[in-house]
Amino acid sequence: MAIALTVNGQPRTIDVEPETPLLWVLRDTLGLTGTKFGCGIAACGACTVHVNGEPMRSCVLAVSDLEGASITTIEGLAPSGVLNNVQQAWLDQQVPQCGYCQTGMIMAVTALLSERPNPTDQEIDESITNICRCGTFARVRRAIHGLAAEAGGTR
Amino acid sequence: MNKWTRRAFIGAGALAGGGLALGVLGVALAPGRHSVVPDDAEGAGQLNTWILVTPDNIVTVLVPHCEMGQGAQTALAMMAAEEMDVDWSLVRVKEAPALDEYANGYVVRALTGESVPGPIEVGLDYGTYRLARWFGLQATGGSMSVRTTGQYGMRVAGAAAREMLVAAAAEQWNVRAAECQVASSRVSHAASGRSATFGELAQAAARQSVPSRPTPKDPQAYTLRRTARRRFDMRSKVDGSAVYGIDFTLPGMLHAAVAIAPVNGGKLVSVDSAPAESMPGVKRVVRLEEAVAVVADSYWRASRALEALEPVFDDAGHGGVSSATIFEAFDEALAAPPEMPAGAAKVITADYRVPFLAHATMEPMACTARVTPEGAEVWAGTQDPLNARKTAAEALGLEPGQVRFTNLALGGGFGRRLPGSLDFVGMGARIAQAMSPAPVKMIWSRETDMQHGYFRPAAMSRHAGALDASGAPVAVASHYVGGGDRESTFMPYVIPEKKAEGREAPHHVRTGAWRSVLNSQHGFFKESFIDELAHAAGKDPFAFRRDLMGEHPRFRAVLERAAAMASWGRALPKGEGLGIAIAECFGSIVAEVAHAALSPEGVLKVKQVWAAVDCGEVVNTDTAAAQIEGGIIFGLSAALVGAITIDKGRVVESNFHDYQMIYLADTPAIEVQFIPSTAPPGGLGEPGVPPIAPAVANAIFAATGIRVRELPLRRVRLA
Ligand code: FES
Ligand code: FES
Repeated sequence: MAIALTVNGQPRTIDVEPETPLLWVLRDTLGLTGTKFGCGIAACGACTVHVNGEPMRSCVLAVSDLEGASITTIEGLAPSGVLNNVQQAWLDQQVPQCGYCQTGMIMAVTALLSERPNPTDQEIDESITNICRCGTFARVRRAIHGLAAEAGGTR
Repeated sequence: MNKWTRRAFIGAGALAGGGLALGVLGVALAPGRHSVVPDDAEGAGQLNTWILVTPDNIVTVLVPHCEMGQGAQTALAMMAAEEMDVDWSLVRVKEAPALDEYANGYVVRALTGESVPGPIEVGLDYGTYRLARWFGLQATGGSMSVRTTGQYGMRVAGAAAREMLVAAAAEQWNVRAAECQVASSRVSHAASGRSATFGELAQAAARQSVPSRPTPKDPQAYTLRRTARRRFDMRSKVDGSAVYGIDFTLPGMLHAAVAIAPVNGGKLVSVDSAPAESMPGVKRVVRLEEAVAVVADSYWRASRALEALEPVFDDAGHGGVSSATIFEAFDEALAAPPEMPAGAAKVITADYRVPFLAHATMEPMACTARVTPEGAEVWAGTQDPLNARKTAAEALGLEPGQVRFTNLALGGGFGRRLPGSLDFVGMGARIAQAMSPAPVKMIWSRETDMQHGYFRPAAMSRHAGALDASGAPVAVASHYVGGGDRESTFMPYVIPEKKAEGREAPHHVRTGAWRSVLNSQHGFFKESFIDELAHAAGKDPFAFRRDLMGEHPRFRAVLERAAAMASWGRALPKGEGLGIAIAECFGSIVAEVAHAALSPEGVLKVKQVWAAVDCGEVVNTDTAAAQIEGGIIFGLSAALVGAITIDKGRVVESNFHDYQMIYLADTPAIEVQFIPSTAPPGGLGEPGVPPIAPAVANAIFAATGIRVRELPLRRVRLA
């Protein structure tokens, strides 16, 4: 069954079993390995991508439900090589340790800040539920606060 | 590369493309030797710390440690660059490939010998000694990289490279070396106004004789070390381009999903492969001794087909074992509490216990291999490429030299990817052998990863302590099961009688090194018990500890700093409290104060953590703080929610819904301060972990009067 979708701005036709999770289509069919596998049950957020602008955990999204959808992955955040502001903040604050969870983290934070450029701590806590085993959370929050300040002062 | 010339324990030569290459000769520090080993001795010529200076004026440091997020590669490069007075923007770092020549075994060998050779400064503690014995070569673990490779390899190599570059300049200009200055990758001679870059001098430097004992810089003169430097690997970790073991791809590669005998030690009895073989994309069902694998043209197809199988495994006779039976055996082994001196005014006893814990690295185990009649190639993310190569070779019945191993980025290690726990490398190689010559990438599902770890051992201790009439402790002693050693049971308190005695209660559950190794359990035991003693003596737990630290000024300074950071002693609202704990491991002392707040229903919130650290010299201040922060969060997950449970011989937990860890929302504010020091650098990846559980438990006592003697806290009623 062929499914048409857009990935990082490019139209793609995918021919796999309809229940194949988007995660494995991205990684194995399209070779976009920046999106990570962590749990497969929507519990960790390592596989977070944007589906029509919404942050979604791609390990539980059947590709057949995505006909016509527009997907953005970490590779699509900096198409011309210029990092987006969240990626840049991650560099400036030296957030990643092993880095494995961070692409999903950056996708989740990018989505949060495009929705709410100046989120409260409670909003941050509620929307950033990615797991980071290395323990980078203190810096994740610091980096988000920094971005929020740029966007118009912290609350 | 041309033939190496060697002097003493440093070797240097000319690069084929022009330039200077220099390395530290490993064998010079062979066991028990105080002098240099001759060139023709066994193992001579093993070089492990390499610095390349090329005509483009770039200095490349080859680092024999992989980067798993601790910033070790950057810190090591800083140590070499500092000695050379190089322009930091012209430094590059590369991970050395898994060749024997790069092994950091020179230090390991030195440590396993009976005495530490002359050129090595003493200052390596027992913990490192033991780890070094056990890790073998090229390991990244036990906080070893900066302590050993850095201090004894990078520093020496950097100083030697600088001397050779200066010698080359002096020769060219016909001036004395001592008259030359070095700054920002440039040698200059003020009197004659001449100067040249390292790149320009590299070729000539390669022809200079190699200094046998280069003079390292006076630490007072450091300009690069002790500053915050960005890690070299960061960009690839924010743009998604870093290639982890799980990301590696080859043309024509097949994919494997595996089911392993659920009880450790169990074997595959039978499996009907037909249901999988008829599914789309499936190539073959591969039977291994302890597992079954489905190999297909995509991972998703392989894992779907695996689900269609109903493999039968035996339980190796362990089907009756549960966490309850394991702890019953522990309890029995501990027997009566240690005896206390007769005539003590007050004796207290307490039992503590902690469960098994999984590493649960964010990247599940993965390994890619291609086996052909000529040999094998293997790719994976490990903490020890040389041992990974050996593991693969053994699994395939080959010589290590017939296996090419490439280490890839690691999505977390924490001890899971160390020698002794590289089972996934052997398994990946065996599956690829069955599919030879096709390359196969094996990925463990999270469930497989969670249930087939090398777990932090479950452990239990039985403590007794005695106070005299004035409330001063006269004796503390413990029996423990689950492993321990001198370092992990060490208490920095002056108490007339101190004893810790290990007991055995073996079980079949696989255990291994877990971030801070034995210190996570013993940190909780000993620092909870000293707190209990303080309260039994009617003393403030901080003051009680401090007053017993007469012999240990470093500990005392760290403890006092943490207390000051937290404004210890201030009044807090009802239901809130501060708890303090201190522990040393891997050459670093860390004290932490936790601020706990409990609701009337007993819901715990850790609001803030203050950490004071004496890790000797801090090489890279930014990554050092990140490691302590990470250790605190890692340790908090264990203290609050982590537990691996055994039932019917197998692991109950399977994924992040039932093996939990803390989230951003649960993370306290964390403040880290370092005690300024010029002592040799201690480890940083692990020492942040041990104090956090007892600090939180002690804070809960301060807040509620409830004494926690068991982890994780989610299983303890706190109201
Ligand atoms: S892999 Fe999708 S949420 Fe964990
Ligand atoms: S940086 Fe390693 S898991 Fe988050």
